[in-house]
Amino acid sequence: MPITVLGPQRRPTVRPVGPGAVTVTAGWQERESDDAELDRALGGSTVNLRLYARWLAVLDADPELATAELDHRAVLDELQELYALQVEQAERAADAIRRSSTRPRTRAAALADAQSALQLLDARHLARVAQARADFAAAWRPAERDAVAWHRAEVAGQLAGAGTLVLTGGHVGVLLHVLQVFDVRAPETVLAWSAGAMALTERVVLFSAGQAETYAAGLGLLPGLVLLPHARRRLPLEDPVRLGALARRFAPARCLVLDDGVRVEVGPGGELPADARLIGPDGKLRPPAPADLAQIDAEGPLEAADQPRAADRPRSADQPRSAEGP
Amino acid sequence: MTAPTRRLAINRLRERRPLDAAAVEDFLARHPVPLVEGARCTFLYRDSTSSVDEVHVVHRVLGLPDRLPLRRLRGTDLWWAVLELPEGSRVEYQLEVRRGEHTERFNDPRNPHRSHSPVGSSSVVFATGYVDPEWAQHDPEARPGELVETTVPSRALRRDARVTLYLPARYRRTAAYPVLIVHDGGDYLQYAAAKTVLDNLIHRLEVAELVAAFLHPGDRLVEYADSTAHARFVTGELLPHLERRHPLTGQRGGRCLMGASFGAVAALSTAYRHRDTYGALLLQSGSFVFTDIGTEHGGGPAFDPVVRFTNRYRARPRAVADRVFVSCGVYEPLIVRNRSMVPVLSGTGMRVRYVESRDGHSWENWRDRLRDGLTWVFPGPQKLVYE
Repeated sequence: MPITVLGPQRRPTVRPVGPGAVTVTAGWQERESDDAELDRALGGSTVNLRLYARWLAVLDADPELATAELDHRAVLDELQELYALQVEQAERAADAIRRSSTRPRTRAAALADAQSALQLLDARHLARVAQARADFAAAWRPAERDAVAWHRAEVAGQLAGAGTLVLTGGHVGVLLHVLQVFDVRAPETVLAWSAGAMALTERVVLFSAGQAETYAAGLGLLPGLVLLPHARRRLPLEDPVRLGALARRFAPARCLVLDDGVRVEVGPGGELPADARLIGPDGKLRPPAPADLAQIDAEGPLEAADQPRAADRPRSADQPRSAEGP
Repeated sequence: MTAPTRRLAINRLRERRPLDAAAVEDFLARHPVPLVEGARCTFLYRDSTSSVDEVHVVHRVLGLPDRLPLRRLRGTDLWWAVLELPEGSRVEYQLEVRRGEHTERFNDPRNPHRSHSPVGSSSVVFATGYVDPEWAQHDPEARPGELVETTVPSRALRRDARVTLYLPARYRRTAAYPVLIVHDGGDYLQYAAAKTVLDNLIHRLEVAELVAAFLHPGDRLVEYADSTAHARFVTGELLPHLERRHPLTGQRGGRCLMGASFGAVAALSTAYRHRDTYGALLLQSGSFVFTDIGTEHGGGPAFDPVVRFTNRYRARPRAVADRVFVSCGVYEPLIVRNRSMVPVLSGTGMRVRYVESRDGHSWENWRDRLRDGLTWVFPGPQKLVYE
């Protein structure tokens, strides 16, 4: 499936995509319907799935589900908060080790342990979130509830025959949530940027103020990639030590920088064009190397521990992908 | 080689010849008052009446004499004094003029900058590097929340308690909001631009969408001085009232008590009395006066219950929330008390963030620290938004 990911669209680089494009602007939340400019840029006649408005309508129509979602959201928020607390401490420990005046060999061993600890936290968090989502889906079966089922059917109808799915940026949590609630399936081609692009990955990674956090499993359409939009604003690009630690922490997934003006056509096997910019293990930005893909083929996109259990992974409308709140 | 230091304008004036009324007139026309030059501030007062005996700058900057004398510039009616003013400082002051037996205190007539509080206004001087926070100014892009007046009947306080509620823009019944309970809420709204700050920081995704309850105390020196009745009102009456009527999280992590000065004491003492109820505290320039030995604390009778509470807490500190934000101005007499409280609070296992500023015990100081505090207690979804 051809997938194009773009950098933030403050300086629009989006081009017309041909007839039959379907857009998702749910990441913009209450501004979801302000899509006239987007429609023009894409060549006109696009259909906005209005997933955010549908979600609000579902909550209004099904107060029982709305209450359950709120509680579920609170659980997920608590998981995220506690995980972030642990990551903060683990990164602080790694920094202290890095600064210590110990022998290089001793320090390297301790740093490797610190990195393993971070990777374990990431993996456990991802698994816990997946478990919470699966428990919620099993308890409430959102896909079988009238309000959700009705909107799912309508969304499926709008997607049938669509040529391109366009996902804009915005709130990645909201976006991921509504994509899953309404079981949005990608058509032939996908164009996405910022939060929209992040939602396509296997593992959505949040990053700000120098700290990266695993958030949740994404749609899995871009295996082996961690997408980092707004890198110049959000990442310590001047600090190769911290950047290198980030790249090694999420390896073997590749950390792809998406800044303004960037356009990356991802090949069917995850190939990246030569002008794509990845963060190397040394913290320097570099183009993709053939070894990157070979490594992914050999090891799989993520370590097993990073993945939710197969039984927990959302698959289809019959097995609701999730119904967690944003 | 060091660059030559430019001499202060007042010293250049002193050497001017002839040094007459026209020279002073010209000097005052060309310079703002007070005159900030690097880390020095020159206070100026001109009085054409010949009866002035003394002029002082009166301020409350800890570490400096309370009354800074001005000198008369020889042969003129201009009075002046130079004060060191470190970068980033903000100082409130008034002028005190004595004519014989008569002393008068007033705001600096040549300084247009005023700071307001419930007890009146003061002149204010900004040192080099002080930045008036733009996030505390009206932003037409920020969707405004709504202020709703309500009354909560209180058996604990034996009165109907007035509460001003802040509901965020796009307030929805299907959401679940954290709640911020603000002591001296009317003053925070009037003197610390609390509504504007909330509107802006929520709009910028720096602070979570929240409901705030701005309290209006009766006798604050009684209600906020470790009062059982106040704690019972907030926890047993106000909170259930709010949670019944508004879509709040209803969880400890979604509740924060906030206050400044005595209001900070009320926040801590309320959380102390109801230790499993609140997830966060935002304490600004808390009046945490204590004694290490004896009973003399210098605060007067109103502080007696505060000192008893603070001493009790310091003797047996315990965690009363998950996160605590503490701020204080270094020019406040309370700075030492607040610095002393930080390790006590941290030692209980609570996560404490402490911020100091070169400012005094004032509403603008508390306004200027709201961003630090609110983003700490209720961070917004910024890390989730990638436009």
